[in-house]
Amino acid sequence: MSVHAVVLLKEILDWELPPSRFRIDPETKRPPDGLGPMLLGPFEQNALELALRLKDAGVVDRVTALLAGPADSVDALRKALSVRCDEAVHVAVDAGGLDPSQTAELLVAALRRLEPAELVLAGRQAGDWDHGQVGYLVAERLGWPAVGLVWRVERDDGRLLVWRSGVGAVEQLAVRPPAVFTVTSHPSLQLRLGSVIDRMAANKKPITRWTPEELGLSPEQLAGARRLELASVWVPAVESRCELIEGEDPAEVAAAVLGRLEELKLLTRPT
Amino acid sequence: MIVAVTWDEPRLGPASREVLGAAVRLGAALGEEVALASLGADGSGAAEEAGGYGAAQAFVVEGDHAASGSEGAIAALAELARDVAARVVLLPADDRSAELAPRLAERLGGSAVTHAVAVDVSDGRPVWTRPVYGGKALASVAAASEPVVATLRRGVFEAAQATGGTAAVSTRTAQNGDGAVELLGSEAPAAGASLEDASVIVAGGNGIGGSDGFTALEELAGLLGGAVGASLAAVDAGWAAPDRQVGLTGKTVSPDVYFALGISGASQHLAGIGGAKAVVAVNTDPDAPIFSIARIGVVMDCRTFVASLIDRLQSAP
Repeated sequence: MSVHAVVLLKEILDWELPPSRFRIDPETKRPPDGLGPMLLGPFEQNALELALRLKDAGVVDRVTALLAGPADSVDALRKALSVRCDEAVHVAVDAGGLDPSQTAELLVAALRRLEPAELVLAGRQAGDWDHGQVGYLVAERLGWPAVGLVWRVERDDGRLLVWRSGVGAVEQLAVRPPAVFTVTSHPSLQLRLGSVIDRMAANKKPITRWTPEELGLSPEQLAGARRLELASVWVPAVESRCELIEGEDPAEVAAAVLGRLEELKLLTRPT
Repeated sequence: MIVAVTWDEPRLGPASREVLGAAVRLGAALGEEVALASLGADGSGAAEEAGGYGAAQAFVVEGDHAASGSEGAIAALAELARDVAARVVLLPADDRSAELAPRLAERLGGSAVTHAVAVDVSDGRPVWTRPVYGGKALASVAAASEPVVATLRRGVFEAAQATGGTAAVSTRTAQNGDGAVELLGSEAPAAGASLEDASVIVAGGNGIGGSDGFTALEELAGLLGGAVGASLAAVDAGWAAPDRQVGLTGKTVSPDVYFALGISGASQHLAGIGGAKAVVAVNTDPDAPIFSIARIGVVMDCRTFVASLIDRLQSAP
């Protein structure tokens, strides 16, 4: 039987958009459409690269990219196909604004419909709302173990060995699959670039599309899965109050900076 | 009941007192008592102290919580939360609670709120403020179902004050996991103070020029009693270890002073330093975005500045 891994993807507003250009529409409580490019999130890129590495190493045989989100999030799935994901699945929802619990509900419904997976990889958090919940909620609802902040995985007989960032230490764990891992950033997990041929081919590959209803989730059920109510979202006023410290002599500048920090009671030098 | 959770503490540390402080104020606003749950090795000392900082009850949860990943701790906290009818469980936001909080909330049929920076009470229920979009915006959220398991960002909540009170301390034993996850070992990083706990961070970016630059930053951090951080560019260049990275895809820090040295201030980096009380930016480019959020700015080659600062600190009486 082939070993199947599913990687959970999300498309988010370009996270490098400068704060000066960032806005929130108070009506929708989201950035207005078209504020900047929508991109495959940074941690999702890491999760995708980890999945591809596991396939390269023969730890898994097939990788499916799964995304639950707005109908126009297709580019993220095309990108996944361009780096040789075997399959792309899109659970298309009408509007954004899903909370992590609702997103997890859609993903779990899709995972139950797909070929059974041994491993589900999620980014450690979406780079927009930063909840960091979806992977764990999926694990709980599937009744699977979850390990967070993973950046390396190997197979060890029937178990998976994982390396992850713990509190002040790197931890190595053995996990009996099926399991969910959330993936953190690591230099080894920069997403590869697909070849020109693969990128062109990706545009022609089919993307499986399911609606929530096709997965057995009525609009009422989806609404009922909400756990977080969003009251308001605003951009805090940032007043630039940078004091420039100038001078020809670097030694004097360094001394002035230290002096100013001490005046502001921000720095007390160790004695 | 509001439950504040702490870990591995023979005494209540600064992070734990912040979480307990938030719990005590929230408890007063909601009319709920506060319990401290002290998990991990040697947790009885923290539990003994909790009454003196406003907790009405304290629980020592014994067991090797790390042995099963998070599973043992989740099971123990779920049982405790049910036993004391917790409306809110508060944890310090860190790499451990990142995994634990959503799973605990789900197991309790409640809601998780991560990285809260403020909490108020409206209509008898907590309303949480949390940064979104890498700190470019703030969102106010409320739980659709209780209990709420919330993680609190370090360095923003006022620590609990000594009250002179006492709390009844009881001991519980954690359940074991089901064996699906087994901790094989852990390895402390090669060097360097914790970024999350540091009150001074000296962080290097592209402008620091190479590994030599980071050697100088280690020296500077030693003189200031601080920790070394790095931008994504510096980590990608191999000049600094990945666990030093600050930013959206790295650590979120809240020091008193953050020296951004040769860091231009890409959004991805700014996302990690919103909690700093003051940023000192040193960059050759006077138009670098880092100056827009800095408290103090110096337009200079950061390597020259670092060398001068080291000289100054070494020679200062």
